[in-house]
Amino acid sequence: MLEIKNLHARIAEDGTEIIRGLNLTVKAGEVAAIMGPNGSGKSTLSYILSGREDYEVTEGDILYNGESILELDASERAAKGIFLAFQYPVEIPGVATMQFLKVAMNEQRKYRGEDELTTPEFMRRVKEAAAELKIAPEMLRRPLNVGFSGGEKKRAEILQMSLLEPKLCVLDETDSGLDIDALKVVADGVNALRSPDRAVVVITHYQRLLDYIVPDTVHVLYKGQVIKSGDKTLAHELEANGYADIIGAAA
Amino acid sequence: MNMQQAIKMTAAETALVDAYTTQIGDLPGDGSVLSVRDTLVHELRTAGLPTRRVESWHYTDLRTLLRAVPDADPTAFADRVDALVPGSTVLSVRNGGAEVKGSLPEGVIVRSYVDSLLDGSAAAGLAVLGFDDAIGRINGGLVRGGLEIDVAAETALEDPLEIQLVQSLGQAHTRFPVTFGAGVTATVIERHLSTDDAESFVSSVSDVTLAEDADVIWIILQQQGAADTHLGQIRFDLGKNAKLHLFVINAGGKLVRQEIHGKTSGEGADFKLRGINLLGGESHTDVTFTLGHNVPHTTSTEIIRNVVFDRAKGVFQGKILVAKDAQKTDARMACNTLLLSDDADLSAKPELEIFADDVQCGHGATVADIDHTQLFYMLARGIPENKARAMLVNAFVAEIVEELEDHEAVVEALEGVISTWLDKHA
Repeated sequence: MLEIKNLHARIAEDGTEIIRGLNLTVKAGEVAAIMGPNGSGKSTLSYILSGREDYEVTEGDILYNGESILELDASERAAKGIFLAFQYPVEIPGVATMQFLKVAMNEQRKYRGEDELTTPEFMRRVKEAAAELKIAPEMLRRPLNVGFSGGEKKRAEILQMSLLEPKLCVLDETDSGLDIDALKVVADGVNALRSPDRAVVVITHYQRLLDYIVPDTVHVLYKGQVIKSGDKTLAHELEANGYADIIGAAA
Repeated sequence: MNMQQAIKMTAAETALVDAYTTQIGDLPGDGSVLSVRDTLVHELRTAGLPTRRVESWHYTDLRTLLRAVPDADPTAFADRVDALVPGSTVLSVRNGGAEVKGSLPEGVIVRSYVDSLLDGSAAAGLAVLGFDDAIGRINGGLVRGGLEIDVAAETALEDPLEIQLVQSLGQAHTRFPVTFGAGVTATVIERHLSTDDAESFVSSVSDVTLAEDADVIWIILQQQGAADTHLGQIRFDLGKNAKLHLFVINAGGKLVRQEIHGKTSGEGADFKLRGINLLGGESHTDVTFTLGHNVPHTTSTEIIRNVVFDRAKGVFQGKILVAKDAQKTDARMACNTLLLSDDADLSAKPELEIFADDVQCGHGATVADIDHTQLFYMLARGIPENKARAMLVNAFVAEIVEELEDHEAVVEALEGVISTWLDKHA
C-alpha cells in the first residue's frame, strides 16, 4: 500500500535536510509503528506523507497503491485516502465542527465522484461515531478544536478518521498528552478501524501506545533513515534498553 | 454672492456644483433651508473636495479619487427588492425618492424628510460637522429625499425595520433623522444596494438619537455596484443607559467612505461598533469613526475586520475622544485585517485622545495573511485549497456576525451576504 523509496527531503525555507534516504514498505492490513528519538524526523515524515508544502522532496519517491503521490497536493492525497492524525490538532475559530466535518466528507466524496451525503445520513454517521468515541454533542457544537482539552482534540482526530474512512492512517504522536483512560478510548477507536484493506502508521515516542495498538512491524527512525526494522518485540527492546544500542550498532 | 474662485474645479467638483445649479428651484426647502444649501455649495465651490492635506481625508484623497460624477436623473427609479430579513417592515427609497406608505408597526411614525425641508425644520440639521465634513456638505447641498422616523417610548419592535435604498444610475442624496424614545428596543437595517452596473453617486446621512434606556441594533449594509461612489455618514447621540450596537458591512462600491460620528450624552451609555469590510477589485473603501465619550461611566468597543483581495484599498480611521469629565470611561478598539493579495492595501489609524485621568482605553491593529497551519489542516482533510481559504476568510468575519446570535434571521441573512460575496471574490 505504501512504499517509500530512498526518500530525501528538506525544509523548504532553509534547505535543512531532515529525511536522508528513507526506505519503508507498509502492506495493506498492516499496522506499522515508527519509533525514534527526538529530532529523528518522525513528524516530518508524517507531514511529507500528507503533502505539507513546507517540505521539499529532493530525491526518491513515495508510492501509494503503486502510484507516486509527490505531485498531489494535501487535499488530493486526503481524498485518495491518506489521513494524518495531527500531534497538535489545529484550532479554527469561526468554523463550526459539524460544518467542517460535513465539508470534508463531501469534498472527498466529490473528488472520488461519489454523491454528497444527505444531511440526515451525515448526522446519523456523526452521532454513531461520536458515541463510540465518547464525544459529547456539546463538543461538536463548538468551533473546530477551540477550547477542546488535549484529550478531546485527540478524540476529535480519531472521530474525523473514522468518518473519513481513509485507507492509510498516519497517527503522529497520538498518545502525547493523553491520560491512560483517554489513551484506551483512542486506541479502541484506531483498532476498530483495523481491516485487511487499510494500513496504519503509528508514529510514537514511547512503547506505551503499542500495548493498546499492537503493531505488526516496528521501525526505528534515526537521522532521517530507518536503521532497524522488526516485529513488536523490537518496541519492547527499545523500552528496556533505550535507543543507544541500536543507534550504536547502526553507526 | 462671493464669486471668488480659489481653485480650478475638477470634473467631479464641477458636476456636483452643476447638479445644484441645474436643480435650483427644484430642490425642496424653504428660505432657511435654501440659504444653508447655498452656503454649503459655495464652500464646495471655493474649497473644493478634500485632498490628502486635510488630515481626516489623508488616506482617501477624494479630490483625486472622485474622477467623475454622473448626472442626476430624476426620472430613474430602481425596483424595490425583497427584505433582507423576512418579516421586516420595509421603508422603500428608490433612487433617493422615499415613499411613506404601507402599514407600520405600532409606535413607529414615519414622515417624508422633504416635508421637513419644505417647512424649514430640517435647516438646523443640515449644518456640517466641521470644515472637513465633505459628506455633510455634499449631502446638505443636494439632499432631496429621505425619511424622518420616530419610535415612541417603550416600543419593542419585534421585526427589523429595513430602510431599503435601491439605486440604479444617476445620483441620490438622502437623509434620515431617527429618534428612539426611552426604553425602545429595535433593529434597523440601513441597506444600500444597486440593481445594475450603471455608475451612480450616492450620499446618505443618518442622524440617530437614542433616549434613556433605548437599546438599538443598527446595521448599515452597503452593496453598491462595482462602478458606484457611496458617501455615507451616521451620526448618533446616546442618552442615559442607552445601548447602540452598530454594524457596518461594506460589500460593494468602487469608491466608498462611511463615516460614523457619535457621542455619549448620558451616563451608562454603551456603544458597540462592529465592522466588516469585504474589499476586492480596484475598490477604495474608507471607514472613518469618531466617538466622544463626553460624560462619566460610558463604555464602547469597536472591532473592525477587513478582508482585502486583488488591488483593493481599505482605510480605517478610528478616534476615541474622552472628555475631561468623562471619568471611568472604558473604550476598546481593534482593527484586524487579512491581506489576501500582494497588491491589497490597508491603512489603519487608531487614535485615542484622553483628557480624563481615570479611564480604561486601548487600541490595537493586526495585519496578517491566512494562517498556513490552519490551511494545511483543512487541506489534510480533503478540502480543496480555494474552498479552505474561503472558509477561513469567512471564519475571520463570521465571528463578528455571531455576536448577533439572539437575532437568528439577521445572522442568517448577513452570513448569506458574506458567503455570496466570498464565492465571487475568493
